[in-house]
Amino acid sequence: MSEILEPKLASKDFASNQEVKWCPGCGDYSILKQVQTVFPDLGIPKEKFVFISGIGCSSRFTYYMDTYGMHSIHGRAAAIASGVKAANPDLSVWVVSGDGDALSIGGNHFIHAMRKNFNLNYLVFNNQIYSLTKGQYSPTSEKGKVTKTSPYGSIEEPFNPSELALGAKASFVARSLDRDPKHMQAMLKRAHEFKGTSFVEVYQNCPVFNDEAFFAFSDKETKKEEAIFLEHGKPLIFGYNDEKGIMLDGITPKIVNIKESNISPNDLWIHDEKNKTKANMIARFFDTLFEGVHFPRPFGVIYADERAVYDEGMADQISTINSKKGKMPLNKILSGDKTWSIN
Amino acid sequence: METVKKNVAQKTTITESENFVVRFSGDSGDGMQLTGMQFTDTAALLGNDLSTFPDYPSEIRAPIGTIAGVSGFQVNFGSKEIFTPGDKYDVLVAMNAAALKVDLPRLNKGGAIIANLAGFDKKNLGLAQYPDGVNPLEDGSLDNYIVHKVDVTKLTKNCLADSGLGSKDIDRSKNMFVLGLLFWMFDKSPDSTIKFIEEKFAKKPDIAQANVKTLKAGWDFGDNSEIFTTQYRVNAAKLPKGNYRNITGNHATAIGLIAAADKSGLPLFLGSYPITPATDILHELSKYKANGVKTFQAEDEIAGVCSAIGASYTGSLAITTTSGPGMALKTEAVGLATILEIPLVIVNVQRGGPSTGLPTKTEQADLLMAMHGRHGEAPVPVIAASSPSDCFNAAYEACRIAVEHMTPVILLTDGYIANGSEPWRYPTEDQLQPITVSFLDKPNGAEGVLLPYKRNEKLVRPWIKPGTKGLEHRIGGLEKQNETGNVSYDPLNHEKMVQLRAAKVAKIADYIPLAKADSGNEKAKLLVLGWGSTYGAIKTAVLEAIAEGYDVAHVHLRNINPFPKNLGEVLNNYDKIIIPEMNNGQLLQLIRAKYLVPAIGLSKVQGLPFTTTELKAKIVELLK
Repeated sequence: MSEILEPKLASKDFASNQEVKWCPGCGDYSILKQVQTVFPDLGIPKEKFVFISGIGCSSRFTYYMDTYGMHSIHGRAAAIASGVKAANPDLSVWVVSGDGDALSIGGNHFIHAMRKNFNLNYLVFNNQIYSLTKGQYSPTSEKGKVTKTSPYGSIEEPFNPSELALGAKASFVARSLDRDPKHMQAMLKRAHEFKGTSFVEVYQNCPVFNDEAFFAFSDKETKKEEAIFLEHGKPLIFGYNDEKGIMLDGITPKIVNIKESNISPNDLWIHDEKNKTKANMIARFFDTLFEGVHFPRPFGVIYADERAVYDEGMADQISTINSKKGKMPLNKILSGDKTWSIN
Repeated sequence: METVKKNVAQKTTITESENFVVRFSGDSGDGMQLTGMQFTDTAALLGNDLSTFPDYPSEIRAPIGTIAGVSGFQVNFGSKEIFTPGDKYDVLVAMNAAALKVDLPRLNKGGAIIANLAGFDKKNLGLAQYPDGVNPLEDGSLDNYIVHKVDVTKLTKNCLADSGLGSKDIDRSKNMFVLGLLFWMFDKSPDSTIKFIEEKFAKKPDIAQANVKTLKAGWDFGDNSEIFTTQYRVNAAKLPKGNYRNITGNHATAIGLIAAADKSGLPLFLGSYPITPATDILHELSKYKANGVKTFQAEDEIAGVCSAIGASYTGSLAITTTSGPGMALKTEAVGLATILEIPLVIVNVQRGGPSTGLPTKTEQADLLMAMHGRHGEAPVPVIAASSPSDCFNAAYEACRIAVEHMTPVILLTDGYIANGSEPWRYPTEDQLQPITVSFLDKPNGAEGVLLPYKRNEKLVRPWIKPGTKGLEHRIGGLEKQNETGNVSYDPLNHEKMVQLRAAKVAKIADYIPLAKADSGNEKAKLLVLGWGSTYGAIKTAVLEAIAEGYDVAHVHLRNINPFPKNLGEVLNNYDKIIIPEMNNGQLLQLIRAKYLVPAIGLSKVQGLPFTTTELKAKIVELLK
């Protein structure tokens, strides 16, 4: 029998028949589009994709993908996804969550998902605000943020999600943003290819409650100064004219002007995705000043180093023990070892 | 009933009785649970019917010698059918003064005390809060009992003087001396325990040898010392023909889940977080890797139930196990499973509450929570196990209802039957009721349209596994349009869905057994209506009352939501109804609300099971 070749899927094959109901101008539209653009190229049959989301604007994502999916309860998407992946490692599982869902109410599941390292993808749409409840500060809102629940400014320190993920033993940490479709597509592909929990933080604009929160990283005027795009094996370079580089002076990063100081790009900090020490430092290009100097926000794969994944470990242990001991017949389980008979 | 005959050869009398209750009591570190279990296993293997009650503190090691640290294990074994661990005991083993102080009140007058002398020194008497200079072994206060003072600690030390073991290891063996002595007292062979010791310490032969030696020394001490002049004998019970094993409720629950997975052909998944007294189910299922059982120790209670929901979504028989406080944490997720309409079994091994309450003590106070403890209209089937071995049947039934009716099911057991044990006439796999499961593999609507919430004659929607080609669809916690499952905020649709979900659960009544009297007649002056772990005590009390000529019957409920279809008619056959519960009257509320009958309650909320005496006194009072 000849093999029946499936026609290649198109972007529209991943769009469900449900009307998309995010606010006009919401960054979520772009993320949905990039996911639908990338998915046909991943080489996975449509029925193997499963989206698990929690609660929040981001989590409505599931309804708009024509794959399998569950829109669950607040904060618990990762916990449900753990069960999906443990029970059926063959599925391509995508968790979709937001900054409140993943990092506040779901914070415990977030850190343990990183540590346990299921082979799944974990997208967090970070808009630094609670939007579905109409504008309260989130665990990623900046200190001093004025919202409905912080009319005099938030007194809380925000999480730095990359730093948190690395601290929780994440094996893959990346950051992208809604206004850079090409970059986001690349990150989604990397996340998919990586074996382990692939955490991708996506800066997502909320035009209603926190407009322009990330424009500094996408606007032509400021992007080159405020953002640095990481590539494995490439030097850390940024600036309007790519004139700035980052070097390590002992254990302290510093910014140098390549052109003025005649430093060769090869002498700069070369990004190594597998170097956890350096990844920890890059992740802190966020709100940490190094010797008083402000560093650009990193985008791209900050850290990626594969290690044992939970679902495989579970399956391997079962098959090892099964081949060693063999399946115990049900009658043997029912009787146990110590029995007696009454005749 | 007792027959006494002189055993001339052994210079002891042998007293036969239908049953004896023995209470092993000591410090948490004295190994009383293990001693009791070994004694029980031997009694079971020799054909006694029995019931056990491990009663231990929530502190792992409270300060040695204190009242807070007393750990007890009670076993009632007999040549007749036994349904409870006994209200009072005939023999009390007291390893220290605190144990005597805690457990003396429930020793029958004339009963035997085996007191470990070293546990009654000045220090231990002080820790047990006896006044200065008072020693109950010396002051005549125990004159109504037969007191055997045995220096177990010293005798064990002497026995193991040449063993090369350190004093700590030697001290740890003293429970084996007691066990050996008890085996002699009750004329039971120590062989099963010797085998157990040799297997347990296979890698530490010196420890194994020391324990066996001590066990035999205990036996010989009974046989040779002249303090003991009486041996007791309980013959094998005349139980129904069949093959038996001894089993605890938690163990039976675990096996019930495995059996249900096997018979339904579904992979078994347990998502759970350790909590007393439910953890043993997780322990037990974790051993069955060779059978493909997946156990996931989740990061918290919520992740336990959520991971199970995820596994159920992929087509596994999914379980979560917990106890009181954990149940509270799981409620939102149970609501999700209810609106998703996916199978899930939530095992709640109830304990004393609220909050942390009495972690190691029993209670039945989560019934109304099981019935109503979710926001919104969220009916969930509720099933209760009535004895340790019945946990098997109840767990199996919970799984059957969950997968055949596409619903979360709450299984209620409690600490009393979870830790207690009894002989179980175990079934073979061909005797188990089949469990029918099917997965949708092609669209079920007109023109090739998938309708994930289209219902069959049971009002049950199809189970659809991710990975099934062509059936991609989304489910979620938002209200869904009838049949399509798409999000819908339409007011009338919501009302319809609420009614459909309720009708689906109510319809389960067509697929469960009818209520009928367990003991007594179909019509009587008094009905004792029970549920869950009160079964043994109610049955014993009712049988005793019937034997004395009282017109009383016993109906016991396994299915609480929905109730058996004929329960209303059954209740109308009795003049009075009493409902004993280890809570403030929860089934009572349900029964009165639904059937409008003037049932009365009998509450006990002490972290302890009902005694037969308490129940019988109430029955007699009501029939006066």
